[in-house]
Amino acid sequence: MSLFYSTLKYLVVTLWSIFVIAPFLWALTTSFKDFQSVTNGATYIPWVDFEPTLDGWRSLFKSPAQGGVAIVEPFFNSVIVTAAGSGISIILGTLAAYSLSRFTFRVGPIRNGDITFFFISQRIMPPVVLSIPFFIMLGKLGLLDTLFGLILVYVVLLMPIAVWIMVDFFNKVPIEIDETALIDGCNPYQAFFKVVLPNSVPGIIVAGMFCMIFGWTDFFFAFILTFTEVQLLPVAIVALNSSITPWWSLSAAALVSVAPLVVVAFIVERYLSKGNLSGALK
Amino acid sequence: MTLIASNLSIKYERNFHLNDVSFSMSKGEIYTIIGRTLAGKTTLLKTIAGLISPDSGGLAFDGHDFGSIPVWKREIAMVYQQFINYPHLTVYQNVAFPLKQRGIQKTEIHRRVKAALSQVGLGGFGDRKIQALSGGQQQRVALARSLVKEAKIVLLDEPLVNLDYKLREQLREEFRGIFDTKASEDSILIYSSTDPVEAMQLGGQILVMDEGRILQQASAKEIYENPISAKVSQITNDPAMNLFDGRIEDGCIVLSPEIKFNLPSHFNGLPQGDFTFGLRAAAISLDDNGFPFSVELSEISGSETFLHVRHEGLKIVGLLNLVQNFPVGGKVSIRFDTKHLYAFARDGRLKSSPYGGLQ
Repeated sequence: MSLFYSTLKYLVVTLWSIFVIAPFLWALTTSFKDFQSVTNGATYIPWVDFEPTLDGWRSLFKSPAQGGVAIVEPFFNSVIVTAAGSGISIILGTLAAYSLSRFTFRVGPIRNGDITFFFISQRIMPPVVLSIPFFIMLGKLGLLDTLFGLILVYVVLLMPIAVWIMVDFFNKVPIEIDETALIDGCNPYQAFFKVVLPNSVPGIIVAGMFCMIFGWTDFFFAFILTFTEVQLLPVAIVALNSSITPWWSLSAAALVSVAPLVVVAFIVERYLSKGNLSGALK
Repeated sequence: MTLIASNLSIKYERNFHLNDVSFSMSKGEIYTIIGRTLAGKTTLLKTIAGLISPDSGGLAFDGHDFGSIPVWKREIAMVYQQFINYPHLTVYQNVAFPLKQRGIQKTEIHRRVKAALSQVGLGGFGDRKIQALSGGQQQRVALARSLVKEAKIVLLDEPLVNLDYKLREQLREEFRGIFDTKASEDSILIYSSTDPVEAMQLGGQILVMDEGRILQQASAKEIYENPISAKVSQITNDPAMNLFDGRIEDGCIVLSPEIKFNLPSHFNGLPQGDFTFGLRAAAISLDDNGFPFSVELSEISGSETFLHVRHEGLKIVGLLNLVQNFPVGGKVSIRFDTKHLYAFARDGRLKSSPYGGLQ
């Protein structure tokens, strides 16, 4: 019986793995194809079905004038906007979450839970609802089509995620740890920075990863709030789609855009797989 | 060096967590706060630590107002029931933490940490991570961290409650040893517990708490011999003291038409009338000439047996030596050792005790 379940388990895992990996393999092989290999029927295995070429990858580094797609600048724009947006969101979000977890706020009928929900509610609204005020505000501030403007918008979008995850994390960290730090001679700021923060690294990493994923993969705001000066990677990749789509360049660009998230996912996988974050504190 | 609390009160919504609490504590003594869950023990300890501010009343330490001193400047140490340590630090770093905060020199920190760790039996564990230790060892680290500070007030909030029975026994012995030596000479040691046995074993002064109030403060011996009320007798005995309503009538104690016995000599000054009588489980025994009861439950605890018996509305628990089996519903004859009988007024106040308590 156990052999049956074991076989079934491996079968399901194998099928799921194929389902997940297949698009990546497809994009990988396509990125080494040329026009002929893409348009003359389905081909799968390099050197057998088609002769691989690096044209798709080379085109990423060439300017459009040279027949390339120039994703280097959009790539680094995305890196700057995502890193800054996520970083600021995590710093502010962690501080806000700690306050919401540890101190009692009362303004009329509003309590801590309402404030936390207010943060999360920013993510409930459809992006298109937010885009109009963002567009008007950035326009008035002269920040449309700038990296700084995008960073500001991303902080607004990502901080609720950080607050949401970190409030939950801090709620699971016994308050007695903070109290012990106070008793041991820390003032409240020292208690946070010397004791609570070092023990919150798993939560911060998980929150940071979600911020990075949302920031890195955002297309909508990057598309609405930029024109010609600044272009982010998702917009640059979508812009490749034209009457004759260069699938080989598109595939290479897609793989480049996924690569940072794959690396991050591997690094933080052990924190994600823990499930119960409070397990960091015995 | 004294810690004086005056009329401390803390109220959340409609419930008092501390209700007009006053006491005086002196250095070199162990004070055990005993009470059931939600009696206000932890609230009182946190108030002393400065983690909770009282709504009214005040604390004075060494003649100075304690309330105006923030937690981190009070010379206190506290051990929680939940094995609270710093998980990101090693055992050594955990114990050294409060000393580093005070800016003490490295050599002095090293000397004191080594001494504290060996005092709690963790001499060779300095480099280990907290997560690699058992529950008992983690609690020793917390204890070492509280000892190393040489704090003026040491608060221990049910430190053994989350440990298994054997370890609790062992650590209780060790704690007692540690407290008896240098650690308590210059300190006021306040230990909270729900366990009457623990409170009695630690000795010292006992404060009995219930619903945020201190019901009685006295030595362990005095609390045992003369509990000021029926409630105190229940809280400070395990199993709780048997309480049963009855009358003193014509030189007899009448519990029911069938259960009557002669007035013990220490009740001679009591008037006729209604009382609540109290008798510890150990003063109940089997006797062929006793009163008829039926067995409700027989519990074996180690080498003793708790026998729950009933006669009409009268339910009592007896503590019998050795392991004995009784069928549920079976008949037994019970004798009351009236020499150890207490009398409480119907409102619960002690009227007479076998040890010469109030009349």
